[in-house]
Amino acid sequence: MVSSKKIQKQTKDAPGITAKDLAKKQREISVSEFFTKNRHLLGFDNPRKALLTTIKEGIDNSLDACEEAKILPDIKVQISHINKSEDRFIVTIEDNGPGILKTHIPKIFGKLLYGSKFHTLKMSRGQQGIGISAAGMYGQLTTGKPILITSKTSPMAPAHHYSLVIDTQKNEPKIIKDEVVDYEVKRGTKVVIELEARYQKGRQSVDGYIEQTSIANPHAEITYINPEDNEIKYPRASKELPIEPKEIKPHPYGIELGILIKMLHDTKSKNLQSCLTNDFSRVSTRVANAICEKAGLNGKARPSRIAVQEADALFKAIKLTKIMNPPTDCISPIGEDAIIKGLKKQINADFFTSNTRPPSVYRGNPFQIEVGLAYGGDLPEEGLIRLLRFANRVPLLYQQSACVVTESAINTSWRNYGLSQSTGALPSGPILLMVHLASVWVPFTSESKEAIAHYPEIEKEIKLALQECGRHVSTFIKRKKRAAEELKKKSYIKKYIPHIGIALKEILDLNDKQEQKIINNLADVLERSRS
Amino acid sequence: MTKTLKKIEESASTIHNKINKKQKPSMEFPIRSLSNVKYTPKRGFLELIGQKKSRTLTVNTVKTFAQTLRIMSLSKELIEKDDVATKREAYYVSKNWDDARFEEQPESDTVIDDVEAMFEVNREQLGFIPEEKGGDVAGKLVVIDKDQDTGKQLKIDCTKFGSGAYSIPISTEHLKFETNAKFILVIETAGMFQRLVKHNYWKKANCILISMGGVPTRACRRFIRRLSEGKKIPVYVFVDGDPYGISNIYRTLKVGSGNAAHINQYFCVPNARYLGITPQDIIDYKLPTHPLKDVDIKRAKDALKNDPFIKQSKEWQKAINQLLKMGVRAEQQALAKHGLNYVIEKYLPQKLKKADSFLP
Repeated sequence: MVSSKKIQKQTKDAPGITAKDLAKKQREISVSEFFTKNRHLLGFDNPRKALLTTIKEGIDNSLDACEEAKILPDIKVQISHINKSEDRFIVTIEDNGPGILKTHIPKIFGKLLYGSKFHTLKMSRGQQGIGISAAGMYGQLTTGKPILITSKTSPMAPAHHYSLVIDTQKNEPKIIKDEVVDYEVKRGTKVVIELEARYQKGRQSVDGYIEQTSIANPHAEITYINPEDNEIKYPRASKELPIEPKEIKPHPYGIELGILIKMLHDTKSKNLQSCLTNDFSRVSTRVANAICEKAGLNGKARPSRIAVQEADALFKAIKLTKIMNPPTDCISPIGEDAIIKGLKKQINADFFTSNTRPPSVYRGNPFQIEVGLAYGGDLPEEGLIRLLRFANRVPLLYQQSACVVTESAINTSWRNYGLSQSTGALPSGPILLMVHLASVWVPFTSESKEAIAHYPEIEKEIKLALQECGRHVSTFIKRKKRAAEELKKKSYIKKYIPHIGIALKEILDLNDKQEQKIINNLADVLERSRS
Repeated sequence: MTKTLKKIEESASTIHNKINKKQKPSMEFPIRSLSNVKYTPKRGFLELIGQKKSRTLTVNTVKTFAQTLRIMSLSKELIEKDDVATKREAYYVSKNWDDARFEEQPESDTVIDDVEAMFEVNREQLGFIPEEKGGDVAGKLVVIDKDQDTGKQLKIDCTKFGSGAYSIPISTEHLKFETNAKFILVIETAGMFQRLVKHNYWKKANCILISMGGVPTRACRRFIRRLSEGKKIPVYVFVDGDPYGISNIYRTLKVGSGNAAHINQYFCVPNARYLGITPQDIIDYKLPTHPLKDVDIKRAKDALKNDPFIKQSKEWQKAINQLLKMGVRAEQQALAKHGLNYVIEKYLPQKLKKADSFLP
């Protein structure tokens, strides 16, 4: 957000009244320059992360598109290492989504900050419309190669193929090639980006990202061909599409002053009162009047005038007015069953449980917490548990320690549930824990969207969900321990009773028959006393 | 010997009968801890109060139960063959017992100690001997032993070991003594013993020197007991001035241990007296000290609270409280601060002049 505003200011609003040289200089700050200077903000800090971010943006876009069109997503991701001696890769992401209208293709892929998601409050994976075009620009900057897009909107329609670059001065797409091609699918979109990158295996890599995406999106089928040319299938575990999240208007409590000013400027309403009731959630005429009264403003005033002079008073008045929480039906959780299905298909464990909390609100933004837990099986006995974090179904791989999810998990006393945990650390044991935050606006700590910020309401909800799952797993652990003890007892009897027979035989010079009788009697007595 | 054998057989037979009746057999042991002993100065040693613990055969005890029986069987075999096994050897014998084997020696030691306490015998009577050294002796003493092959009397003159010493054997019951020494000086550390031997302190003071090397072994305790009682010589104990020297080394020598209380009667030296280092010595001789460690403090407090011997002695309580208050400890060899032979020339002569004031 911050970064996008900066660009606009510097490119659009360069003041003409100051020295002309200065104005010229300011205009020269192009999108590409901004990008190069701020690549870490967008997740392109280094070649390894660049690869991950590119894949991530591609997958996010595909999933969002499929879901919006109510299509069960089939996504194919391929990473090819072009030349082993160079860090150059070709990333291909292909989906069976609705396709993109021919006229929209250049803008979506060839222009930064273009998209449907930026101006609305709706739960979705991407939030800024910066992702895929940024990936394209990164590819272009590092390899000079254009981004290739092929899209088909219906079996009847022709497929369009574009090869385009971004005019980094004007932030405009430049079409190099535009042709109708044969594309052997019913519909869908295929994006090819060549970029400088580094491929690494492991959890914080593309491999981990795709695996975790498939856990949080059990309705998606993902085929992944890694740079070593191995095909890995992540099959669909659920045929139910997520409920489509509803769009909501922003809630006054969640609005920052700058955004408030912008909204007052942009509104179509003629006066302040109708602007408040029309553009915000949960503001009735009565509430709007109360706000105006507290701010000492006339409800009939022109919003754009307020924006200039009295926005601050309005902003303060909003905080002082009691306003109903926003509607929470705008969130689409994964759901307890789907979480377990997602975990089950990727993790071989003995026990699964999940908990979806009722929706709640932080700073006027509705959110919902879900936790899934897998225990035992192939999960390693030793070491700390594995914690997977998701925001709107997108895996978060970096900055685990800065995230509210981690802190909440650390601050939960897992010892109550039969796990070992040292102070200030995650518990240890054969556990995989996934925590999902679904919200119309995920409060990331930074633009790279890797950690969720600390809000007491969010921490509280996470803890409640963790505790619920903790209770479930503790019952299971207890039962398992009891069973293990039973087994141990049984083997004890088998192991040691013969030695009592041997010893007594030796001391008392007994014969074999007497020895056998001892063993039989003892086995009898002990077996009986077990229950 | 046959008495022990009978006890083993009786016990096994009781267990066998119970099993035949399809009942759970059990064994009874005296509790081996300071909480199960009392001290009366007249009796002179820590004796059992008689609290017992019963080990009934259950799923949880079946392993130890089986191991105890197998140790009993091994003991029977040893007695019958008139053989002995060290505790370490017994541990290795168990390696033949498949699942009933002992993983570590402390496990088998505990079972042997249990059996010993159960039958109220000495472990040597069960055929088990320790590997531990008995202790070293030098000075005005002739030990009368037997030649191992011929059985002929063998006189060992402890003045004739030069810079070395006579080693106390594991079993001392058959030894006889000849001496005209005025006292026995029992020393904690080998280092101090070496100094006194090197300078022939025993000649000067007309005494017998015995080195314990830490907590005295049973053989060492028995040796000193038989020697001091048989020849009516006083026993003075010279150890580090710290809670370990007092409540572990000195206490065990004088009144026995809580762990094998059933044999304390024989393995103690009731007429032993504490020469030093006393807490008061630390002040009087301006000894260099170390601060008491947490474990020292814990041990001292534990002795004050739980040790029946310390509890009945006002003087000892005073001394230990003084040490705790000072918060320091001093080693025997701290006397070297005043010169290497200060201990021979000044400390011991001065202390021995006031033998009546030694701590009990």
